Amino acid sequence: MDKDRNRVARSIDTAVLRDSQDEILKIEHVTMKFGGLIAVNDFSLSMKRGELVGLIGPNGAGKTTVFNVITGQYTPSDGRVLFDGDDITGLPPDIIVTRGIARTFQNVRLFNGLTVLDNVLVSYHSRIRSSFLEAVFRTKRHLEEEKAMRQNGIDLLRQVGLEHLANEEAGNLPYGQQRRLEIARALATSPKLLLLDEPAAGMNPEETRQLMKFIQDIRDKYALTILLIEHDMHVVMGICERIRVLDYGISIAEGSPVEIQHNQRVIQAYLGEEERAYA
Amino acid sequence: MKERNFRLNLALIVLIALSVWWAKDRLNPYILRVLNTAAIYIVAAVSYNLVNGVTGQFSLGPNAFMALGGFTVALLMLPLPQKEMVYFLQPLIWPFNSFSLPQWLFGLSLILAGLVATAGAFIVGVPCLRLRGDYLAIATFGFGEIVIVLANNAISITNGALGIKGIPEYSTLPWTVGCAVITVLFIRNLVNSSYGRAMKAIREDEVAAEAMGINLFRHKMLAFAVSAFFAGVSGGLLATLITTVSPSLFMFTMTFNLLIIIVLGGLGSITGSTVTAIIFAVLQELLREVEAPRTIGPIHIPGITGMRMIVFSIMLILLMLFYRRGLFGKGEASWDGLFALPGRVREFFERLRRKEVKSWTRTGIESHDQ
Amino acid sequence: MDLSTFIQQLLNGISLGGLYALIAIGYTMVYGILRLINFAHGDVFMLATYFAYYLVGIYMLPWWLGITLAVLLAALVGMSIDRVAYRPLRNAPRISALITAVGVSFLLENGGIVVLGARPKGFPRPEIMGKVYTLAGASIIGVSVWVPVLTLLILAALLFIVYRTKIGAAMRAVSTDMETTRLMGVDIDRVISFTFALGSALAAAGGIMWAFKFPQINPLMGILPGWKAFTAAVVGGIGNIIGAMLGGLVIGIVEIMIVAFLPWLSGYKDAFVFIILIAFLLFKPTGFLGEPLKEKV
Ligand SMILES: Nc1ncnc2c1ncn2[C@@H]1O[C@H](COP(=O)(O)OP(=O)(O)OP(=O)(O)O)[C@@H](O)[C@H]1O
Ligand SMILES: [Mg+2]
Repeated sequence: MDKDRNRVARSIDTAVLRDSQDEILKIEHVTMKFGGLIAVNDFSLSMKRGELVGLIGPNGAGKTTVFNVITGQYTPSDGRVLFDGDDITGLPPDIIVTRGIARTFQNVRLFNGLTVLDNVLVSYHSRIRSSFLEAVFRTKRHLEEEKAMRQNGIDLLRQVGLEHLANEEAGNLPYGQQRRLEIARALATSPKLLLLDEPAAGMNPEETRQLMKFIQDIRDKYALTILLIEHDMHVVMGICERIRVLDYGISIAEGSPVEIQHNQRVIQAYLGEEERAYA
Repeated sequence: MKERNFRLNLALIVLIALSVWWAKDRLNPYILRVLNTAAIYIVAAVSYNLVNGVTGQFSLGPNAFMALGGFTVALLMLPLPQKEMVYFLQPLIWPFNSFSLPQWLFGLSLILAGLVATAGAFIVGVPCLRLRGDYLAIATFGFGEIVIVLANNAISITNGALGIKGIPEYSTLPWTVGCAVITVLFIRNLVNSSYGRAMKAIREDEVAAEAMGINLFRHKMLAFAVSAFFAGVSGGLLATLITTVSPSLFMFTMTFNLLIIIVLGGLGSITGSTVTAIIFAVLQELLREVEAPRTIGPIHIPGITGMRMIVFSIMLILLMLFYRRGLFGKGEASWDGLFALPGRVREFFERLRRKEVKSWTRTGIESHDQ
Repeated sequence: MDLSTFIQQLLNGISLGGLYALIAIGYTMVYGILRLINFAHGDVFMLATYFAYYLVGIYMLPWWLGITLAVLLAALVGMSIDRVAYRPLRNAPRISALITAVGVSFLLENGGIVVLGARPKGFPRPEIMGKVYTLAGASIIGVSVWVPVLTLLILAALLFIVYRTKIGAAMRAVSTDMETTRLMGVDIDRVISFTFALGSALAAAGGIMWAFKFPQINPLMGILPGWKAFTAAVVGGIGNIIGAMLGGLVIGIVEIMIVAFLPWLSGYKDAFVFIILIAFLLFKPTGFLGEPLKEKV
């Protein structure tokens, strides 16, 4: 635990070194309604480059919906999302990802029938320059692109420790490795901002520990900014520098892990959930 | 390894070419007709599979695209005197009434057939493929019905329900098999490229594919348009094989047959569709025999028309319920797989024997313990 | 054109549209719950007319009994199709169930050709449908009066079932959120079975009235009306029952008006339905009343 804290402190230092004033993501007054339900209500958040922020809250608080708004799955009913200074509100997901925001899904959504390597290679496709006819007639340019793509994919798999599984079908991997592959697939899009939706869900303590280390590693290696949804408080408190708490679509608190742990409203919200659960 | 596979593929193509060259004047017309039909089914089924199997979109359109291609080739290739004779209800419209392509431009007419079909694919695809959901199925089905309605009513182009007769018989074995080989190679290369990977990703999970930067509409449309192109070509080949086209030739039954072929071969498997297209062409002939009335000695069995389609629809339902992967699954037959086959068979028997031995010993031990 | 012909044609359009609506509801309910295009639905419509044909025309049952039995049989057929062909595929890729649906549809059509014969059969007409009424100087045949009236009554009954009964509430709940409804202890499979039965019964009623209007039945008669009804469901907003009714009316009226006022295009009347479908998919994909489908991610 102590070691983890040190790590956090260190990475805060590096973040400060990088550029403390540089804002990468700015969400302004976003509201998302589904029919009568207000899933997210007047949500604002700004993230600095290199930050690792946690987004927590009871079930149904609207966390995943925030992700879906950022990545363009949903167009917000109100408010806007700025990324790197550009307004990206309402852009389709495939455009937003090329701008530099990648994500994982709460319920792992791999391309189950494809191999592990192919899962990663799909992410490179949007940057391909040769046309489909060049692909069909196997022009030199296309073959070179495919080769480079494949090499990058294998390198990436090696870095995340999945190289030995490159030719396995993704759907056949054990759960923990599926989660890891999903992160690798997101990394292959060369993101600046990575959104992780409950990456530790369903993992045992050992896998969780590895995951925490993994997240910190990739963040350093790829100079990522990370927004993380997680129910496992050990993970959230262990690696996040700043935590935002949502309840019924409304932000009820923000602060450092220690502050959040002692915040009355947060404790109330979670206790309330327990009561709801046992009611 | 790659080098070897390339050589083997080349050898296979040469072998096919040689057999075609040998067979085209020697086999009897009946067998030639079955072979030609099989090759045309390969063109249509492999391209259909690109949409339904590889990309996971449900199209019911091939009959419509084949109709577009078939009528295009008929209008281009039908000799002028024949045109005058056929269109006695209403004269053929300009410009088709004033020219007819010579035989050496048959290839061009096939390409034009493909392009007309592709244009049709855009009319249906652009509205449907931008949307989530199964609108493609209902719109392509409607398109098929509409193409037939148009073919029946636009008499000055299609000659209505009577159809166009006397199309020159240009679809010889070299043409049909040649087109089949080109189609298989084209679609194989596409599927094995980055574009094909994107299409498969869409089949596996649209939301995830889009989140990884795949433009859903563009890739679905690409698959759909390429597929329609080859469907159009196959329609053109069919027209010049049986020498007539009429609306009834391109009814939904055609699409249904192709659906069975791609399901039986394995949705997404090119080799699967190729193999089952051949099986289907033969099976269809055999079942035609079953349907025909016949007299065996004193017993007369009346033919039951429509029986074939009943057999095929039950087959399709059973396949989906109990054997969804089809013969080849999503995978492909490969040289590596083929060469590994004897080893795998040996291994299988080996294991069988070992298991036998093991269970036998275990029983032995157990009885000993007692 | 004078006003009275226009009104006359409008009524004809409404009458035909009502029948499309009856079929469309079955499509839209099943799609709303299972996201499945039940291609066999149009063939159930066809089968129902044959049931009635045999029960009343051949076995000489009284009309009320023959129709009731035919509708019940059709409901049974619809339910069985789901039970045998669709239910085993609930967790399979979506395309599997669609392919099976096409297979079932084709089986019913070709089975119909073999068993019932490809040649059209003349459908009997109850006296009341053939009777000629004189109304304000104009004479109207019974079908033009009774078919819309019956359609209206059936639609009212349907709305009652969907919005005022327990099973109707369950149907609506399942179509909004199947998982949550399951967790609340509702037997999903029963609700789905009921949906198929109800949809098939409506299509059966539509089919029999169709046969009153166009008294020639054949095994392929369900294909085009079925497809037009699905288009009606899309036009109204797929998944929405009231929308399906509206869509049915629109398609029916357009079709009749084209035949009546642009007779040289009447051969192409089906093509216009296709154009309507394409136009809606392009410019108003959610239809009149549908909500945008937001897949939960
Ligand atoms: N597409 C949608 N249509 C309708 N309601 C939705 C949709 N997406 C989310 N919701 C609703 O919005 C609310 C917030 O959901 P969300 O998934 O954002 O919660 P969450 O905080 O991620 O919860 P969890 O911890 O369970 O993942 C829930 O009530 C959910 O049912
Ligand atoms: Mg969530």
